Amino acid sequence: MTEKLPAAATAPDPPAQHRPRSPTDLFWSFTWLALQGFGGVLAIVQREMVEKKQWLTREEFVEDWAVAQILPGPNVVNLSLMIGDRYFGLRGALMALAGMLTFPLVIVLALAAIFTGMADSPAVAGALRGMGAVAGGLIAATGLKLIAALQTNVMGRLACGVLATVTFCAIALLHVALAWVLLSVGGLACIWAYRQLGLASRRGAAP
Amino acid sequence: MIITLTSADWLALLTHFLSLSLLAVGGAITTAPDMHRYLVTQQHWLSDSQFTSSIALAQSAPGPNVLFIALFGWNVGMNAGGGAAAGLAAWPYAALGVLLAMIGILLPSTTLTFAAARWGHQNRELRAVRAFKQGMAPIVIALLIATGWILAANNGNAVKSWPLWLLTAVTALLVWRTRIHMLWLLGAGGLLGWFGLV
Repeated sequence: MTEKLPAAATAPDPPAQHRPRSPTDLFWSFTWLALQGFGGVLAIVQREMVEKKQWLTREEFVEDWAVAQILPGPNVVNLSLMIGDRYFGLRGALMALAGMLTFPLVIVLALAAIFTGMADSPAVAGALRGMGAVAGGLIAATGLKLIAALQTNVMGRLACGVLATVTFCAIALLHVALAWVLLSVGGLACIWAYRQLGLASRRGAAP
Repeated sequence: MIITLTSADWLALLTHFLSLSLLAVGGAITTAPDMHRYLVTQQHWLSDSQFTSSIALAQSAPGPNVLFIALFGWNVGMNAGGGAAAGLAAWPYAALGVLLAMIGILLPSTTLTFAAARWGHQNRELRAVRAFKQGMAPIVIALLIATGWILAANNGNAVKSWPLWLLTAVTALLVWRTRIHMLWLLGAGGLLGWFGLV
């Protein structure tokens, strides 16, 4: 388990110009993307962090997202904490976290104070329904875009395709509890990846 | 509704969220059933409609969905401060509720994430760490698509509510293939729904 792999096999750090300038930059970046995230922030995080600001590559984003997803707690909160810590340590983590939570918290409390009971009106309920349908599309599209990140996966395309299909069916169609899917399918995938990484490094060591 | 909370009750509120924090794999929403059991059924600190509308409001407002926890805290505090009729006088209680609920749900999980992610990043060349990240990649991507599917399935029967399904599908296609700003799509979805078109 302590075997080190050649550094060349890992993704290089992003170029220096594509990184947050300061913890304050982190705070406002995460504030801005949290405020755009109706019905979930993840789709926005992917677009802002990977496509616009390019603080992360698509592959790094998927890797970080795997960690944020598997640890307890709100996924996007975990992700902001990890990105903040990467660039500015504890201070960066706290600033990213504060950005993610402060203004959305104020807004949601203001809405609660003002609109108690208004969600029952048909127009508001309709608007929420429409935005909910859009939110579903946003998240699905984020997943579809990230499929491209699997091309460099050490497990190969076939294994990735099978694992992804099984996971989708278990969660979306059969409604299996997330923890079971992560333990079983996830565990199997990690073992397979461990084996493939071993094979790959042996091939690399003996050309 | 109006309730009375002792200091021990406030502490119990904090402890309840602290205890659920590390169980919330896949987001705080996965522990919502247990919160309902405790806050609504057992303690009667929240009404059923306060519970449901807190979740709906947090999901439709901008920001992380975990803010529904803040709304639980807000509502419990308002109830303890004399209910909506008490007006501003209840707000300090509501603020205390928000503070305790958010600290409770976030402190354990963020501390663990901070430590674990830092360890993982420092040891990112380890074969086990790389196997974990590579192995989990297809699974988390499938989870995203499944989440979109589940949200769309909330639309209900695909035959009866086909406009909603169509809206979801068109959104997915536009975001996948173009760089259109997501706020336009959300605004369009909201307007279509407001006027009863979907």
